[in-house]
Amino acid sequence: MSTESPLIGSFSASPAQQLDGARIGVVTFPGTLDDRDAARAVTLGGGTAVSLWHGDESLHGVDAVILPGGFSYGDYLRAGALARFAPVMNTLIKEAGAQQTSSSPLPVLGICNGFQMLTEAHLLPGSMINNDHLKFICKDQVLRVENTSTAWTAQFTADELIAVPMKNQEGQYVTSAQELEQIETEGRVVFRYVGDDPNGSRNRIAGVTNERGNVVGLMPHPEHAVEAGYGPDDATGMRNGTDGLTVFTSVVSSLAGGQQ
Amino acid sequence: MPTIVVEVMPKPEILDPQGKAIANALPHLGLTGFTGVRQGKRFELTVEGEVTEEVLDSARKAAAEMLSNPVIEDVVSVAVAEDQQTA
Repeated sequence: MSTESPLIGSFSASPAQQLDGARIGVVTFPGTLDDRDAARAVTLGGGTAVSLWHGDESLHGVDAVILPGGFSYGDYLRAGALARFAPVMNTLIKEAGAQQTSSSPLPVLGICNGFQMLTEAHLLPGSMINNDHLKFICKDQVLRVENTSTAWTAQFTADELIAVPMKNQEGQYVTSAQELEQIETEGRVVFRYVGDDPNGSRNRIAGVTNERGNVVGLMPHPEHAVEAGYGPDDATGMRNGTDGLTVFTSVVSSLAGGQQ
Repeated sequence: MPTIVVEVMPKPEILDPQGKAIANALPHLGLTGFTGVRQGKRFELTVEGEVTEEVLDSARKAAAEMLSNPVIEDVVSVAVAEDQQTA
């Protein structure tokens, strides 16, 4: 095996050891953009990606679900507002919803537009409005991981700083003052922007979880930072950042029976 | 055919970035008398036949559960459009 650094990233994915039982669904809606990247991130994290379709009520027995980014149904009404009523979402809301008392509710991750869907479905608190500066953002963003008790963040260290891309126009996280205080005191902020607030989000919140901790949503894109050559720049070189991969190895490890 | 009009506005405490952008652009038209703009949405729901209380109730449900998001918006009115009724 050559020890030379490749000039460009290798196309051959070298996934962690495949773990039986970690079947992770990735839902495609009309207008979804990042489903293939999310599926690839699942594979690189050692899981098996299963394609799910918005119009199909069945989750096909997957162990976790990712709602990827994009522009579902054109987001004509509000971002994620129409996707929230897709047949697949009815099942997802039932299986992930807080009212269920089963011992292990379905882990769900919403990225960007997927996060917007989860807030529209009221599985997560708050909502997103236009960025305060009204511009589309596309840049690498540093986040602090503040909650490592969810299935999606279990392998991060507390307050770990990670760099992942973000790209959105409607990413300003808003919620009522009362709910904001509740989220903060209950430790439900999972990811927080570090440095300048990129879009006016309340308390620089980039991602939150629900009361039970099985549903997580964030605006930035961990699935775009899973493979050297295609991620953000880091200390080891241009585009080498793979900080997002831990989100996917975390859920695979959690599903395989234990958080390390 | 009767029409039910639903009007939705961003909550007062929520900053309205698009309204602010419009307010900032009005002086380009020489209009400097407006100190603020807030942008909302108007939906027209067409109904076949009479607008009964039941139909109005479903319009209210549509307004509350799909046409608005209670976290960031208020439904300010759900009403039958007057003009065509009297013709």
